[in-house]
Order: sequence, then C-alpha cells, then structure tokens
Amino acid sequence: MTPEALLARVATILPRLVPLPLADMRGQAVVTAAADVAIDALKTLRDDPALRFDLLADLTAVDYLGRTPRWEVVYQLRSIEYGHRLRVKVAADGDEPVVPTASGVWKSALWAEREAYDMFGIRFAGHPDLRRILMYPEFQGHPLRKDYPLNQRWSLVPERDPITQPWYPRREGT
Amino acid sequence: MRRAPGSTAPEQFYEDQRGDDDIMEIQMGPSHPASHGTVKFNLKLDGETIVAIDVEIGYLHRGFEKMCEQGTWNHCFPYADRLNYASPLLNNVGFALAVEKLAGIEAPERCQYIRVIVGEISRITDHLTCLGMGASEIGAISAAFYMIEAREFLYDLVEAITGARLTVTYGRLGGVTNDLPADFNDRIAHCFASVRGVLADCSRLLSRNRIFVDRMVGVGVIPKDDAISWGITGPLLRATGVPYDVRKAEPYLVYDRFDFTVPTGTNGDNYDRFNVRLAEMDQSMKIVEQAMAQIPDGPITVTDPRFVLPPKNEVYGSIEGLMNHFKLVIEGQKIPAGEAYVATEGGNGELGFYLVSDGSGRPYRVRVRPPCFYAMGALGQMLTGAMIADVITTFGQINMIGGECDR
Repeated sequence: MTPEALLARVATILPRLVPLPLADMRGQAVVTAAADVAIDALKTLRDDPALRFDLLADLTAVDYLGRTPRWEVVYQLRSIEYGHRLRVKVAADGDEPVVPTASGVWKSALWAEREAYDMFGIRFAGHPDLRRILMYPEFQGHPLRKDYPLNQRWSLVPERDPITQPWYPRREGT
Repeated sequence: MRRAPGSTAPEQFYEDQRGDDDIMEIQMGPSHPASHGTVKFNLKLDGETIVAIDVEIGYLHRGFEKMCEQGTWNHCFPYADRLNYASPLLNNVGFALAVEKLAGIEAPERCQYIRVIVGEISRITDHLTCLGMGASEIGAISAAFYMIEAREFLYDLVEAITGARLTVTYGRLGGVTNDLPADFNDRIAHCFASVRGVLADCSRLLSRNRIFVDRMVGVGVIPKDDAISWGITGPLLRATGVPYDVRKAEPYLVYDRFDFTVPTGTNGDNYDRFNVRLAEMDQSMKIVEQAMAQIPDGPITVTDPRFVLPPKNEVYGSIEGLMNHFKLVIEGQKIPAGEAYVATEGGNGELGFYLVSDGSGRPYRVRVRPPCFYAMGALGQMLTGAMIADVITTFGQINMIGGECDR
C-alpha cells in the first residue's frame, strides 16, 4: 500500500488520528494520536484486515524541550504481511509525563517502554514491570532528557582524582 | 541507598517472589565464561529447570544516543561502528542511508554497489562470529577456530577496502571514503574459496553431530506469532518460518538487482537458527559476486557542497573550498529539519535509525532500533521451562552484541 492509500485507510477507520503531511515527513506515513485514544487506535491498526500492523518495530521518545507538549512517544509500526510502515506519535507533557502502555498490544513494548522510562522518565500507565533497564537501579534522573547535565556523574564507589590523589606516594617537592 | 522511583533492585526481585523452599536462585553473569557478551541472568531454578528468568542488560551502555546529539552528523559514523562490532559496516551503511533520506540525497550508483559489497561481507563476519562462538560454548571449539579463521580472511578484505579491520568509519554522508582496491576481484575469489571450504567443513562437523543436534534441536523454541509480537526480526524470525528480510521486503540500495533467496526454518529452535545463518552466508557470497560482476564505474560520493567535504586541492587552493571546508567542519552539515525512519537488514535483524533534525548542524535525536534488544526481551519466554544448560545455546544463537543491545 502506498503511503497515500495507507493514510486514507487510517483516516476512514480511525478518524481521530491526525495524519501529518507526507511532504514534511520525507514521504513516510505519520499520524499523531491523543494519549486517551492511542491504545485503542494501536489495537485497531494491528487487527484491521487491510492494515495488519503486527510488528511494533520500535518504540521511543523524543524530548522537545521548550515546546508544549514537551514529549513525543513514537511507535514504528510494520506490517510483515503487506510490507507497509506507519509511524504513530503520541504527545505528552509535564515533568513526569504519563502515557498508557502498549504492552498489551505488542510484547515488544514491554522492554521498549522500560527503556523509554529509563532514558526519558516517561511513565507508561499499566505497564506490569516498569523499572530501569539500561542504567543501574541506583541511577538518578533520565539521561536522554535535553536538560540532563552532560557531565553529570553518579558513582557507586568514591571517585578519586588521579592528579591530586595519585595511587603512588608522591615524592617530596613535586 | 536511594533508588530511582519505580526501580527494583535484583534482591527485591527475588524478595517479591520468595516462598517456595525448593526454588534455588542464582545469578548467572555478568561475566560468565560461556556467554559471549556481558549480561546477567537472574534465574530461579527448580533442580535444573528454569522456573523464572530475569535478564539484566545495560552493562555496555555508553550513551550512544546522547553522544550523537553532541557532535555533527559525520561525528556519528565512528560511534555507529561500535554498535554491532561484529558487522560495523552494516551499521555504517544503515546510518548513512538514514541521514541521506533526511537530507534528500542519493549516493551514486557505484557507491551503492560498494555499500552492498561491504555490507554483505560484514554480514558473513557477523554470522561467523555468532556460529563460531555458539559452537565453542557447547564444546565444539575446533569449529569455532575454523570459523574465526574464515572471519580473518574476510577481515583482510575489509582491511584492503577501508584500512581498518573493525573500527572502519567507512561510510560518509553521500558516499564512502575509498574506492575498492584494483585487484579486488582476485581477492574476493581467493577469500570466498577459503570461506566456502570452511563452511562446508563446519557444516559437516556440526550439522549431523549427535551432541550438537541434541543440544540444539527443540531448544529455545518460540512460535511464529509470539516472535513477531516480541519484535524479533532477522535470522531468529526467519527460523520460525516467516520470510521477512528487509532486503527483499523493501529493497534499499540496489538489492532488487540481485538474485538471492531468503532461507527460512520451520520450528524456530536453535538448530533452525544455526541452519538459517549458515545458508545466509552462502547467499551473501552470491550477492557479493553478482555485485562485483555488475558494478559500474563512476564516482563514489556525491559532490554536494552542503554535505560533502571538498577535495583537498580545493581546500588548499581556493578560498571557496577553504570556506566550505571550514563551515562543514565547524558547523556541521545543515540537514533540513524533519524526521525519518530508515530500516536496513543488519546482521541480527532489522536495524533501524530514527533521526530527528532541527536544521542545525547537529542531530537533535538519533535513535537506533537494535535488533538484538528485542530478541533479548523474548529470552524469558524462550527459556522458561528449559534446562539451565539451554541458556548457553539459546543466548549464543540470539547473538546478543553488547554494543548494539546496550548502546
């Protein structure tokens, strides 16, 4: 299915999704969804006989700091049977944004949402096991946020400055 | 100790599920001699049977996505090498294609052929690493040595093209750095003859070997529908019988001009994964040979001054060239604002790059879709109810590459 036909089909069965102009999206089919209808819409996209988006290829987030709403959760859908792709974007706002979980629709969302939580601090409501995945449990903050300080360090053991505290005894007069 | 909200420490994970005295809890890893990769399995065992498994990844997290946001677009190529370090050229090509989609340029035809050739060579090294290490982990160390030797021949090819074995940084926005060496046809013929010999030897050593077959058949099974739901792609999905290969499904570069098949399995167990990878290496060599027969002459990079550095004689010989060079190095390539997701077939499956540009010279967001991350997510389902020794074979066939999974 061409991106135009795909967007037309999505508009017929899911009128509440907003398609974005193909020219701005490099010819790729993209729709935005409000958070409250997102999961039902994703389920419909998965089960519709003409669409069959059975593979959630990727789930990630983007932090548009300074914009309202600040967050975008991005779902990359792929239909193995028909070979077309669709990108669904769900906006969220606030310092602790909440988006409903898609793990009931695709199991790949289980880990992908854990990563989005770990990296961006997005809470996925209804996720059965939302904990950090790449960072360690003692880590604080969410490193891929645009306002996360780049040189921030969280040390599990005390750090030693090799210049002022070398491991060898310093000689007299140096 | 303070913890992030919502996080659970491993001790807590066990504490929550305690109660049955017959259950033994062990932590396998992060540095286990029989797992090629740094990963920890928190296992709950009933005798030798796995009751529950919690996979902990992240030991090789280096902040790839954060690092990419700090430099220019060209600065990301060395980082992309270090994602899947068993097939760095595939990552290079995938990233270059994604940025080119965003920039709206297309590489010249000869460059596209070169990208196919180096990509397929990398796919063979990736599969050889996976199968060789997987075989050595269950005791077939001679097969591992043969395969690593074959990989060495292929690394010689890579070295002849790029000048480096592993950290190649060969891709560029709109092209590649070097052309193929003049005697490349001879090198390919010589190298592939050795690799084919090694593959035939290893196939004879392993495919009907009683110990190997007993360890692999019916182990780590995942049904077709579950595999798709877990987001598994690549050889692991094809082993379940789904012929999904990005090279066939949506041909990029010049893959539609080659005659190759997509090997599939039937059961989705480790033995099928082994056979699919073995058959794919044959197909990759066929693709390289066809590409070498078809490759046209011509430039290997576009000459768009907005994205590509000018030749050195212009930089040193004209003020326009000098300014162009200076602007590109200091400010980076001004990729038009927008976003794109481009998927390629990596060594382990669909390797996708989702890029967001805000029109400045630096990436606003670089997201890589790591194929083995999703396969590792499904490991819990593959191994629940299996024996503890099956962790080794299944994990070996998933071919988790830490750099790609943890980024």
